[in-house]
Amino acid sequence: MASSVLGEAALLSDIPVRMSEIHGMAQRGGVVESAMVFGDARSTVISDGEADVLVGFEPSETLRALRKCNKDTVVVTNLEPSPPFTVAIGKGKYPDLDELQKLIRAKTARLIAIDAVKLAREAGNELSVNMVLLGALIQTGKLPIKAETVKEAIRSKTKQAFVESNIKAFELGFSAAQTERN
Amino acid sequence: MHKLLSEQRGKKMLLLGNEAIARGAVEAGLAIGATYPGTPSSEISAAFFEISRESDLYFEYSTNEKVALEVAAAAANSGVRSMAIMKHVGLNVAADALMTLAYVGVKAGMVILTADDPFMFSSQNEQDNRYYGKLSGLPVLEPSSVEEAKEMIKHAFDLSEKLQEPVLFRTTTRINHSTGIVTLGDIAPVKTTGDFVKDPFSYVTVPAVSRNLHVKLLKHWDEAKGLSEGSSYNFTEGNGPCGIVCNGVSYNYVSDAVKDLQCEDKVKILRVGFSNPMPEAVVKSFLKGCEKVLVVEEGEPFMEEAVKAFAQEEGITIPIKGKGPGQFSRLYEFDPAMVRRVLADYLNVAYEPAGVVDVSDLPEIPQRPPNLCAGCSHRATFYIAKQAAAGMETIFPTDIGCYTLGVLPPLSTADFLICMGSSVTTSCGFSKATKKKVISFIGDSTFFHSGIPGLINAVFNNHNFTLFILDNGTTAMTGHQPNPGVEMERLGLSGYGRIAIEDVVRAVGVKEVTVIQPFKVKKSIEAVKKAFEYQGVSVVISKEMCTLYAKQLKLQRGQRYRVTDKCKNHRDCINQLGCPAFYLRDGKVQINPMQCTGCAVCAQICPENAILPIKD
Ligand code: SF4
Repeated sequence: MASSVLGEAALLSDIPVRMSEIHGMAQRGGVVESAMVFGDARSTVISDGEADVLVGFEPSETLRALRKCNKDTVVVTNLEPSPPFTVAIGKGKYPDLDELQKLIRAKTARLIAIDAVKLAREAGNELSVNMVLLGALIQTGKLPIKAETVKEAIRSKTKQAFVESNIKAFELGFSAAQTERN
Repeated sequence: MHKLLSEQRGKKMLLLGNEAIARGAVEAGLAIGATYPGTPSSEISAAFFEISRESDLYFEYSTNEKVALEVAAAAANSGVRSMAIMKHVGLNVAADALMTLAYVGVKAGMVILTADDPFMFSSQNEQDNRYYGKLSGLPVLEPSSVEEAKEMIKHAFDLSEKLQEPVLFRTTTRINHSTGIVTLGDIAPVKTTGDFVKDPFSYVTVPAVSRNLHVKLLKHWDEAKGLSEGSSYNFTEGNGPCGIVCNGVSYNYVSDAVKDLQCEDKVKILRVGFSNPMPEAVVKSFLKGCEKVLVVEEGEPFMEEAVKAFAQEEGITIPIKGKGPGQFSRLYEFDPAMVRRVLADYLNVAYEPAGVVDVSDLPEIPQRPPNLCAGCSHRATFYIAKQAAAGMETIFPTDIGCYTLGVLPPLSTADFLICMGSSVTTSCGFSKATKKKVISFIGDSTFFHSGIPGLINAVFNNHNFTLFILDNGTTAMTGHQPNPGVEMERLGLSGYGRIAIEDVVRAVGVKEVTVIQPFKVKKSIEAVKKAFEYQGVSVVISKEMCTLYAKQLKLQRGQRYRVTDKCKNHRDCINQLGCPAFYLRDGKVQINPMQCTGCAVCAQICPENAILPIKD
């Protein structure tokens, strides 16, 4: 959803965009990895170490995807854990959130870590976590896309009933990222 | 109106590769489409299924790929444009039809889409289906991008009509599941009905006829060669001394790498989009201007072998590389950095690889493997089977579907799997070759796809095993497509038949048939024990709707459950069921009410009766 809104915004801004998605049986609890490439590259895949921005919807997954980053990458992550089932059956330990942030901060250019679930609730729709993170992503200025254009894309891409909460969520994410910087 | 039916010529849309392919076929005036669903091709069919309700397109979910291909073949031989859509391994199922359809040919355009899956994101192998082109003598087209896929599929129909042969359209996952900006074209009018003109000496493949048809196929092959030579999908770029031959997504990685390495003047690229037959004269003249050549293709050395053979014929002795140590692998998929690295080495230019962050000191991150959904009926069936088989030495042949996930602990109910339908047939072999109790699992859709002949074999040859048919009323794994057992009225669709699995099983002569409702655990275990005792073929039909599908249909779910303080922390629930709704808080088992679907299976197995419904 976040990537389709962002793709739509790129289309509105006349910026070439390509993406590819691998859903490792997403509905059955697997990991989903989406790559978005803006500009005139032809590839739809991002190799390890070559992402300019990494957005993680779950903290341990952000950490798992860190191999996509280099020292100049900006990382945006949700901080609300959603531990995989393997943790419940004792086949793995969930990483400590403070340590996780410290590590990512040390290895990359910037980390924006926000409690996106809380902000989504604040926006009036718990399912708008993706819009919160999208807001934070746009705030980084790493993408050649304006906040206004993304809002336009949100309006055209979401069901009428959710437009308001999605826009709100986007704005909350945007300002949360701003505060993080200061 | 469906977005892919938009008449706005010139409109730019962000489309998934599979949607772009569907749109291209609509623009080409596709009249009849048939499929058996399979990732990564499924969204093409999903789009056709929706479109068919609003347009003249006839589309069907066939029982298997062979059926789909034959439905489409008859349509194309009646003069209407047709398409059969399948994943790469689906073409194995349809291969019998494919090989002789090539002899017979077609009258109207027919496209067979084969979606290959390098890296096996969702498949049991990563076979390279370009070889089916070679084996059958049919042309193969391969797009490099989403936007090209849309245009190329239109060309595929024209090409098929020109050659009077079906055309294989080969994609890979990174085409099917990539998204790009596509410009809409005009939609051609659909010719929905044609006519079949009797001509048995062209259509009935008895030996005397086929001997002539093979001659015709080779003539078409020669014509295809000519068309491949002149095809705009086989083009060259640049004028440098180092040749690069590439196809599909590899072309994208090569283009980006050449740009990144700033070595445009060093290379000459031949992009092959019409890859079977290979454009011989084009390749030969390409080779003449090169000092050396590198072939960049995922999968097998299909083009590399052809290029080497052409070089040999011309007496060209320049080095030609492709697959091999330090170059490319036949394994998995490529990525931009990999291609850039090999190219830098090949072109002898400096290359600074991206500084991947050091991940060696990261804490261990718990795995997140896919798991059967919370409340999935398969989990209950597996539990029941294992309880009923307690103390027996067992072998569990399984099949293709969500239930293959039973391979993971704690369920561990999958011991052998090769392809669709193999649960039933390998059970025949295992029960003859071993002394163990053979218990196999097959889903409803897979049973219709290719389970029935195996079951008939088992009855006829008097094998000894128990087959579970997991009837959850949908084809869950690939996205809840219909199958012949599905109640189509629930989807608001009329005019379909419906086949009851129990009727089929009894009709093929199975004497011991048990139907269970897997959410009634104790009763089911008792019934299954009886089935296990039976000498001969016994079938247990486990009937319960897929919970994800039920959720989509907005069917009411049961009361949710919680763990009360009667819990003594045996953890039988977690350790034996592994339902993802469970989690631990302070070392105690809890149920996530957001995930619980109220199947109540855990409540029935808890020795303390500690799991109780939440009272609203
Ligand atoms: S989609 Fe249906 S069949 Fe598949 S795991 Fe989920 S509940 Fe089970």
